[in-house]
Amino acid sequence: MSKYTQLWAGGLLAAILVAAQLLLRVTGKDYCLTQLTMSVYYAIVVLGLCLVMGYAGQVSLGHGAFFAIGGYTSAILTTADFSRFQSLAGVGWLKSIHILEVRQNLFGSPVTTVSPWAAFLAAMVVTLVIAAVIGYPALRLKGHYLAMATLGFGLIVNKLILGSSIAGAADGISDVPPFALLGGLMVSGKSPVRVQNYYIACGLLLLLLVLLGNLVRSRMGRALRAIHDRETAANAMGINTSAVKLKVFVLSALLAALAGVLFTHYTGGIGPSEAGPLKSVRYVALAAAGGMANLWGAAVVSTLINYLSLRDWFGSFDQAVFGVILILIIALAPDGPLPPLALWVRRAARRVFGQRRPRHGAA
Amino acid sequence: MDSGDLALQYFLSGITKGSIYAVVAIGFNLIYSATGILNFAQGEFVMLGGMLAVTLAQFVPLPVAVAGAVVVVACLGCLLEVSLFRKLRRHSVMHMVIITIGLSIVIQEAALHLWDEKVRSLPYFTGNEVTSLRILGAAISPQVLWVLGTVAIGVALLHGFLKFTLVGRAMRACSSNAEAAMLAGINTSNMRTLSFGLSAALGALAGCVISPITLTHYEMGAPLAIKGFAAAILGGLGNPMAAVLGGLLVGVAEAAAVSRLPAAYNDVAAFAILLAVLFVRPHGLLGAASGDSVREC
Amino acid sequence: MKKLLCAVTGIGLLGSLMFTQSVSAQENSKPIKIGAIFSVSGPASFLGAPEAKTVKMFVDKLNAAGGINGRKVELVLKDSAGNPVSAVSFAKQLIEEDKVLAIIGPSTSGETMQIKNLCEENKMILVSCAAAEVIVNPVAKFVFKTPQKDSQAVTWIYRTMKEKGITKIAVLSSNDGFGNAGKKQLEDLAQMEGIQILVNEVYDKQVTDLTDILTKVKAAAGVQAVVNWSIVPAQSIVAKNLRQLGMDVPLFQSHGFGNPKYVQQAGVAAEGTLFPAGRLLIVDGLPDSHPQKKLLATYKKDYEDLYKEDVSTFGGHAYDAMLVVTEGIRKAGSVDPEKVRTAIENLQGLVGTAGIFNFSAADHTGLALDAFEMLTVKDGKFCAYTK
Repeated sequence: MSKYTQLWAGGLLAAILVAAQLLLRVTGKDYCLTQLTMSVYYAIVVLGLCLVMGYAGQVSLGHGAFFAIGGYTSAILTTADFSRFQSLAGVGWLKSIHILEVRQNLFGSPVTTVSPWAAFLAAMVVTLVIAAVIGYPALRLKGHYLAMATLGFGLIVNKLILGSSIAGAADGISDVPPFALLGGLMVSGKSPVRVQNYYIACGLLLLLLVLLGNLVRSRMGRALRAIHDRETAANAMGINTSAVKLKVFVLSALLAALAGVLFTHYTGGIGPSEAGPLKSVRYVALAAAGGMANLWGAAVVSTLINYLSLRDWFGSFDQAVFGVILILIIALAPDGPLPPLALWVRRAARRVFGQRRPRHGAA
Repeated sequence: MDSGDLALQYFLSGITKGSIYAVVAIGFNLIYSATGILNFAQGEFVMLGGMLAVTLAQFVPLPVAVAGAVVVVACLGCLLEVSLFRKLRRHSVMHMVIITIGLSIVIQEAALHLWDEKVRSLPYFTGNEVTSLRILGAAISPQVLWVLGTVAIGVALLHGFLKFTLVGRAMRACSSNAEAAMLAGINTSNMRTLSFGLSAALGALAGCVISPITLTHYEMGAPLAIKGFAAAILGGLGNPMAAVLGGLLVGVAEAAAVSRLPAAYNDVAAFAILLAVLFVRPHGLLGAASGDSVREC
Repeated sequence: MKKLLCAVTGIGLLGSLMFTQSVSAQENSKPIKIGAIFSVSGPASFLGAPEAKTVKMFVDKLNAAGGINGRKVELVLKDSAGNPVSAVSFAKQLIEEDKVLAIIGPSTSGETMQIKNLCEENKMILVSCAAAEVIVNPVAKFVFKTPQKDSQAVTWIYRTMKEKGITKIAVLSSNDGFGNAGKKQLEDLAQMEGIQILVNEVYDKQVTDLTDILTKVKAAAGVQAVVNWSIVPAQSIVAKNLRQLGMDVPLFQSHGFGNPKYVQQAGVAAEGTLFPAGRLLIVDGLPDSHPQKKLLATYKKDYEDLYKEDVSTFGGHAYDAMLVVTEGIRKAGSVDPEKVRTAIENLQGLVGTAGIFNFSAADHTGLALDAFEMLTVKDGKFCAYTK
C-alpha cells in the first residue's frame, strides 16, 4: 500500500469512526460506544498477530497470554495494597516520583498502590522479557511444532493464573482503577467519559495502523515477506531470519500487552479466560478473517465481528461463529474476504454503471 | 502405605491418565503419517464416539452401541476428508492448523446443541464404579486395562495393517512420497480418506472405552486433543508406538508432579516439560532426527 | 481499490450499528423488564442452562397468572457463556439500553464480581445466582445473592464431622471460582471448629482422573475424611477413584452435588456421600406441614413436566432470584429501583427453594444455617442424613 493510499485509507477510516460516533449520539445510542471501544482494543491484538502470521508466516496460538500478561501485571500492581510497607525506606521517595500513589478504593478506604503509568511500564517490560525468552527458542520451530509451543505457552500462563491467589485465581481481579493519561484524558469505563475513551481507542488504532504500515513498507517489512515466502532463500540472501522473526514476535506481544493494559483499565477488571486457548483461537480467527497480511482489513473486520459478539448478536452460537469463520475463510478465501468482496463489488459496479472506457490502455 | 506401594500407586495412576492420552495420540499420529495434517479435531472424534455410544446404549446392548458409534464417527471422518480436506491440499501448514481448530469448535458447539450440556457416561465394561484390581499394594480400575488393551490392539492392528496388507502398504507409500505413489498407480486421495476414517474410528473407540473413567460431555474434546497432541509430539510424530510412549510419559510425569508439587500446577509441569522437549529435541523422543525439517537452517 | 474496500466495510459497520438497536418497548411502558445473564453455553453451562430454563418457566407462569399488580413481566435473557467480558458488555447493555429494572444472575462468581461495581454505581438491582461470599461481603446496596453462603455449608460439614469424631481431613477443590471459594471457607473455619487439614490440593476442573491426588491423600497417614469442593464431572470422578483405591473414609461433598444425575454417574461409589443441600432434593420425603413443601413440590413438578429432566438446586437459585425481585416489586408497589431495593432488603419470611429468606441491610443473602440440611445417598437416592 503506497503512502498516498495509506493516507487516504487512514483519513477515510477516521471519518467513518467519527461519523459512527456522531450517528450514535444523534440516535441516542451512545451506549454502543462501549462495545465499539472494547472491540477496538481487541483489534489491536489482532494487528500484532497479523504481523506475525500474515507477514512472517508464523502461527501463534497463544497470543491471549500476552494480552493477559499485560493486563494482569497492570491489574495486580494497581490493586495490591502496599500500605504495610509504609515504614520502609524508599516508599516515600517512590510516592514522590509518582510510582506509588495513595488513592481511595471502592469502599472508601485509602490504599497505597502502584500508579497506572508505572504499572503500564512494568507490564511492557515484563511482556518484553517473557516474549523474548519464549520467542527465541520457539521461533526456531516450524509449523505444527510452533503451533504446539505457542499453545503450550498460552496454557501455562492460563493455569499459572488459575493457580495463584495473587492474581485472584479463577475470579480474576475486579477493582482496577481508571488510567489517567495526559491532559485530563482518562481510560475508564464510566459513562461520562465514554466518548473520550472511544476516541482514545480509535486514535491509538489509527496511529498503530499508520506506524505498522510504515514498518511493513520498510526494509524490515520486505524481509518479513521474504521470510514468509521462502525462508531458506531469505536466509541465503543474507537476512538474519531469526532476528527478524523474534523482533516481530516481541512487537506483536507488546501490542497485545498494550491492548491488555488499556482494556483492563477500561473494563475495570480482568479474568483468567483472557489467557485461555479459546480467546487465542478467536484472535487467530479474526486475523484470518481480515486477511492475514492485510492490516486495515484485519482492523475493520475484527472490530466489526467482536462488536457483534459483544452486542449478543450470536447468542448461544457465539463460539460456533468463530469456528465457522475459521473454516470458511481459510477454505474459501485464504487471503481474507476483502479481495473477493472487492472483486464482487467491482463486478457489480461495472454491471450497473457500464464498462469504463480504459484510459491510457489500463483496464 | 509403604513407599514402594506408594510409588507403584502413583505410577499406576499415571498409567491411567497416560493411557487416555495415548489412545488419543494414536489417532493424531495416523492422520499425520498419511496426510501430514495435524488434526486438532481428533479430540472431537473421541467426544462424539462417547456421546453417540451413550445415546445408542439406551436402545441396544453395549457392544452394539460402541460398534455403532465407531462406524458413524468413521463415516464422519471420511466425509470430512472428502468434502473439506480434499479441497485444501495445497494450503500451508498454518492454514491446515487453523481449519482443524475451526472444525473442532464447530463440532463441539454442534454437539452442545444436538445433545445438551449434561455429563453422561457408559457403564464400566467389567465391574462397576468401585471395583479395582490389586497389584501388589496398589489398586487400578479394570477399565484402565480396557483402555490399555484398546491402545495395544490399535497399535498392533495399525502395524499389521500398514506392514502386511496391500492397502496399508499403499498408505505408507503415500506418506513417504505422494508423487511416486501416484505414479505407481495408488489412489492417494482414497488413501487419505481411509486414513481419516480409521483415525476417526480409533478416536471414537477411545471415547467409548474412556467414558466410564472420565465421563463424557460436550466439552471434553479440546483438553484431550491438547494433551494428546502434546503426547504425540513428545513421542515423535510419525511413529504410532512413539505416540503411545509419549502419552504414557505425559501421564506418569503428571502423577510424579502431583506427588511432589501442589496438584494445581501439574498441568503447568506437563506443558513445561513439553516445551522443553520441543526446544531441545523437537522431533520428540523417538522421532527421527533427520527427515521432515522441523527447524530452519 | 483499498478506499472502496474501506468505504464498503465502513458502511457495513455503520449499518450494523443501526440494526443493533434492541427491541425496546419504551413507548409502551406496561411490561416490567427484568434482565438475566446466565452461562447457558460454555464451561458453566450445567449452572446456566437449568437457570435459564427456570426463569423462562417462572416468567411464563407469572404472566399467565396476570403478572405483577396487573403488569406483565418481560424477560431479557443473555448468554454470557461463562465469559466475564461478555458479562460486562451485556450488563452494560441491560443497564443502558434495555433499561431493565433488575438483573438476575450471572451464574458464576467470577462474572458477578466483574459486574458488581458496575451495577452498584448505576443503581441497578443485581440478584446473583453465584455463591461466593465476596458478592455480599462487603455489602453493596444494590447487590444481593440467593444461593446459601459457602460458610454455612462448611459449618454444616464440620459439625457433622465432629459428631462423627472426625478431626483430621483432606481437602480437594477445583481451580474454578466455586472451588476456590469453598477452599477458602474450609481453611478459614477449620481451626475454629477444631478440624485439622492434613492434605489441601487444588485440581484442574477438566481433570479426567483423580487417582494421583487421592494417592497423595492415602499417603498422608491419619486422614479420617475427604472433603471435595467442585462440580461435575470431578465430583463423580472423586467418588469413584476414592473407592477404587480402597479407601473407605467418608466422603463429604459441597452443595454443588445437588443433582440426582451426579449420583447416577458415580453409581455405587456415591453411597454414603454426605453433603449439605437445600431441601429441593428431598422434597418427596418432607412432611406436608413443612413451610417449603408446597413451593418445592410445585417447582419440581412444573420443571420436570416441562423440560423432562431432573430438577437441580442450581435452577432453584434462579427461581429464588426471580421470586425475590417480583416480591420486591409487589411489596414496593412501584417500579422505582430505590423503592424496590428497599422492599427487597426488608423481605422477611419469604419461602424459596433454597430456604426461607430474611434479608436485612447487613445481610444480602437472607438465608440462615437452617436453610441447609445434611443429605446423604442411600440406594442411589438422596435422603436426609440421620445420625
